[in-house]
Amino acid sequence: MIEQSHMPEYIEDEIYRLRLFVTGASPNSTRAILNLKEICDNFLKDKYELEIIDIYQQPLIAQAEQIVALPLLIKKTPGIERRLIGDMSNRDKVLKGLGLS
Amino acid sequence: MSTSLKKIISQHSLLLKTPTGIIGLDEITDGGLPKGRPTLICGEAGCGKTLMSLEFLIRGAIEFNEPGVFMAFEEKASELTMNVASLGFDLDKLQAKKKIKLDYVHIDRSEIEETGEYNLEGLFIRLGYAIDSIKAKRVVLDTLENLFSGLNNQAILRAELRRLFQWLKEKDVTAIITGEKGDGPSLTRQGLEEYVSDCVILLDHRVINQISTRRLRVIKYRGSVHGTNEYPFLIDEEGISVLPITSLKLEKEVSSKRISSGIPSLDSMLDGCGFFKGSSILVSGTAGTGKTSIAAYFANETCKRGEKCIYFAFEESPKQIIRNMRSIDVDLQKHVDKGLLKFHASRPTLHGLEMHLVAIYKIIKKFKPDVVVLDPITNLITVGSVSEVKAMLIRLIDFLQEEQITVMFTALTLNNIVNEQTDEGVSSLVDAWILVRDIEFNGERNRGMYIMKSRGMKHSNQVREFIITDKGLDLVEVYLGPEGVLTGSAREAQKLQEKAGSMLRDFAVSRKDRELIRKRKVLEAKISNLQMEFESAEEELNKMHQQEELIKQMTSSTREEITNIRRGEHNKEKGGKNG
Repeated sequence: MIEQSHMPEYIEDEIYRLRLFVTGASPNSTRAILNLKEICDNFLKDKYELEIIDIYQQPLIAQAEQIVALPLLIKKTPGIERRLIGDMSNRDKVLKGLGLS
Repeated sequence: MSTSLKKIISQHSLLLKTPTGIIGLDEITDGGLPKGRPTLICGEAGCGKTLMSLEFLIRGAIEFNEPGVFMAFEEKASELTMNVASLGFDLDKLQAKKKIKLDYVHIDRSEIEETGEYNLEGLFIRLGYAIDSIKAKRVVLDTLENLFSGLNNQAILRAELRRLFQWLKEKDVTAIITGEKGDGPSLTRQGLEEYVSDCVILLDHRVINQISTRRLRVIKYRGSVHGTNEYPFLIDEEGISVLPITSLKLEKEVSSKRISSGIPSLDSMLDGCGFFKGSSILVSGTAGTGKTSIAAYFANETCKRGEKCIYFAFEESPKQIIRNMRSIDVDLQKHVDKGLLKFHASRPTLHGLEMHLVAIYKIIKKFKPDVVVLDPITNLITVGSVSEVKAMLIRLIDFLQEEQITVMFTALTLNNIVNEQTDEGVSSLVDAWILVRDIEFNGERNRGMYIMKSRGMKHSNQVREFIITDKGLDLVEVYLGPEGVLTGSAREAQKLQEKAGSMLRDFAVSRKDRELIRKRKVLEAKISNLQMEFESAEEELNKMHQQEELIKQMTSSTREEITNIRRGEHNKEKGGKNG
């Protein structure tokens, strides 16, 4: 971790591990998936792993991951963990949250 | 509630209630919180919201077999467990037994970026899963408003909260939502009362005269009667107690059994039998008039009958009382040893009135006495205002009457107005009021006692002198002379004076008696004299009569003889001649 803090947040060959929590096929969830995919394809082409989890299917994760608001995107790596909620329609904020701006 | 109203309600389906198990709260709310609906508990920081809601869950799980989910937005599960461990609740065990589920919801604004439309479905899923996993009937959302500090979009939050409460109702769980009181007129910072409209309970924590008191008020309870007052409550090692309850009605059982005061002469002033069982007695008087002695006598008498008594001392230590009472020939120690008498001494300033009340309440509940003595209640003024003390005593008397416990209060009266008020304040509540007062007269102080009132009996209206000797207490009749009421040595002097007077009178009477006897004797002598005179006169008269008779006889006989002689001169001669 100490090493990481000296490094810039955005590293070229770092893989983005993203987890998106959604609730079935609700409008918010659908929008979030579409918006996020678009952002990732534009900015992180081939540099990301996106895992989409339906909380309805796995309710136990909600407690483990401290989920309150949905849809929720958790960026595990690189850098510190970030949480983004909402349908990802605000592109600037998403980019800022991912450390891409 | 009138009977007709009751009928109407019973015809329709009654609002079902979930008992909280918290002492006193169920009485105030007439059975508990509305079943299957959310209740809002609001109040300032540190007023006991979390504890009350947690106790609601724990008691529900233990006493009513209703599992519960606690969703904490403020404290972590481990912190909560530790907090209630001090109250003797083992949350870990309850969690392991699937009676309670704790879920700590962590929201940190700095970690979260809002990127558009969202909802709180995650919270719903978590809560729903928790409820379903243990089949919870009770839910607590502790400081739900923390959501507002973690998330920005107020419009979404408000819409989601409305949905949440609706959802909770659909889930048919009895929920408590806590909310912190903010500035301004609204009950909670975010106006949660807007969403929870069935039952709202306000907790309050006030410090008056450096002594803090917690209070509870049911602001709103749709579809149910409830107590509307502010009720003090306590948090102690057994959890929350809203205590004691002033019952909403005056429907208590009464006893016509009488119990002795321990002082026979006082009993005789009280219609000859003493106090009613379950009544409240006030003994008031100035300093040093023997109030404690009367109370100790009463306690002693109770224990002698084999009944139990608790003596709450706010002034003296138990040992001091026992020692002092030995001087008037009352041995309290033996009753203490037998377990019939229990002392509970505490300084009034030790804690607030409510704490005292609860301490009293709890000890009484545990010991189940027949008689309770509070000596003196006046000292409680130091920790509360007159009206607060009165309110406390009302509740205490209420509780004791319900339990059919006779209570004796002692109260110090000073000749200043403020304290007299207390006296009067309490005096209207009590059933019997005995006043002991100093009678200062002739260079000494004596004690006078009278019964100001005694409900339901023909009590004496006389002032009695109250004497304390090393043999014990006694009442003697005071002297009501021309100079007024006499007591003490004046009474003794008056007694002596009257004794001397009666002796003098006795003497005078006996002299007169003797004179009379003498007079009678003289007269009797005179009478006999006269009688004798009369006898001699009578004798004289008789003598004369006899003489007369004799003379008469003699003359007649003489004449006869003469006649005979005359006639018979011849004969005599003849006879003489013959003879």
